[in-house]
Amino acid sequence: MNKLTLTTEGDTHVIVTRRFAAPPQAVYRAHIEPELIQKWCLGPEGWTMPVCISEAKPGGAIHYEWANGKGGAFHLTGEYLELEPYRRIVHVERMFLPDRTPDNQVETRFDPDGDGTLMTIRMTLPDAKTRACMLGTGMEYGMEAGYQRLEGMI
Amino acid sequence: MRLYKLLLMDRLDATFAALADPTRRAILARLAKGEATVTELAEPFKMTQPAISQHLKVLEDAGLVISRVEGTKRPRQIAKGGIEAMDKWLAMLRKALQQNYERLDTVLASMEQQKEGEQR
Repeated sequence: MNKLTLTTEGDTHVIVTRRFAAPPQAVYRAHIEPELIQKWCLGPEGWTMPVCISEAKPGGAIHYEWANGKGGAFHLTGEYLELEPYRRIVHVERMFLPDRTPDNQVETRFDPDGDGTLMTIRMTLPDAKTRACMLGTGMEYGMEAGYQRLEGMI
Repeated sequence: MRLYKLLLMDRLDATFAALADPTRRAILARLAKGEATVTELAEPFKMTQPAISQHLKVLEDAGLVISRVEGTKRPRQIAKGGIEAMDKWLAMLRKALQQNYERLDTVLASMEQQKEGEQR
C-alpha cells in the first residue's frame, strides 16, 4: 500500500508517511536534486517550479519558487541542517505567501521497506498555533486543486 | 477566506489537540453511530466514568461533541460542524500532498527505467 498518512503528534508536530516502490537511494535523490524536485514538488495541477535551488550540504540553501502561469506565485526558502545520504535529511523551511511563515523544522527519513521505501516526515512547528495555521494554509492550497479538478470534470 | 481562517484558528487548534488522543478518537467514532451517555460510553472502553467525562470535556471544549439534557441524563452527540471543518482541512492538505507523491511515483519509475537502461 502506497497510502499517505497525515497525523499530528503532541502540540507542535505533523507526521507524514508514504511508501514508494523504489529504493531509498532513489527517493532520497528525488528530494535533493533540483532537476528531480522540479518534476514532482508542484502542489495543485497547473503549477510549476521555475526556480529550484537545493545545495545538499549542511548549511546549504534551499530556495523554491512556484508559479501558475496566471500571475500566481509564492516561494519557500530554507537551509539544510543534516544529511545522511539515502537515510535522512533534516532541514528548516519557511514559506512566503507573501508574508513569511514561522520556521518549520523537517526531518525526512527513508527506511528500506521490502523492495521499496517507507518515507517518514516529521515536522516541528514553533508552537501549536503555528501548526494550526500551517494546516489551514494547506486547506487553501488544496482547495485550489479541488476547484481545478472540478473545472476539468465539467 | 482570511477572516474565516482567523475565526477558526483557535478552535482548530483545540480540535487537533482533542483528536491527538486515541481514546477520544474512539469516543468520536462511537458517537458518530449515535448519541450515548457517559455510562454507555464507559462500558465498552473499560474506563471509569470520571475518565470518560474528562475526555468528553476536552471534546466539548473543542467543539467536537455537544450534549443535551434529558431528565437526569446528558446524552452526548457528535457535533457535525466541528468534525466536518476538521475533516475538510486535513483532507485538502492530504490531497495536495497526494498529488505531489503521485508525481514522485512517476519520477521514481522513470529513474528505475533509466538505471535499467544503463545496465543493459
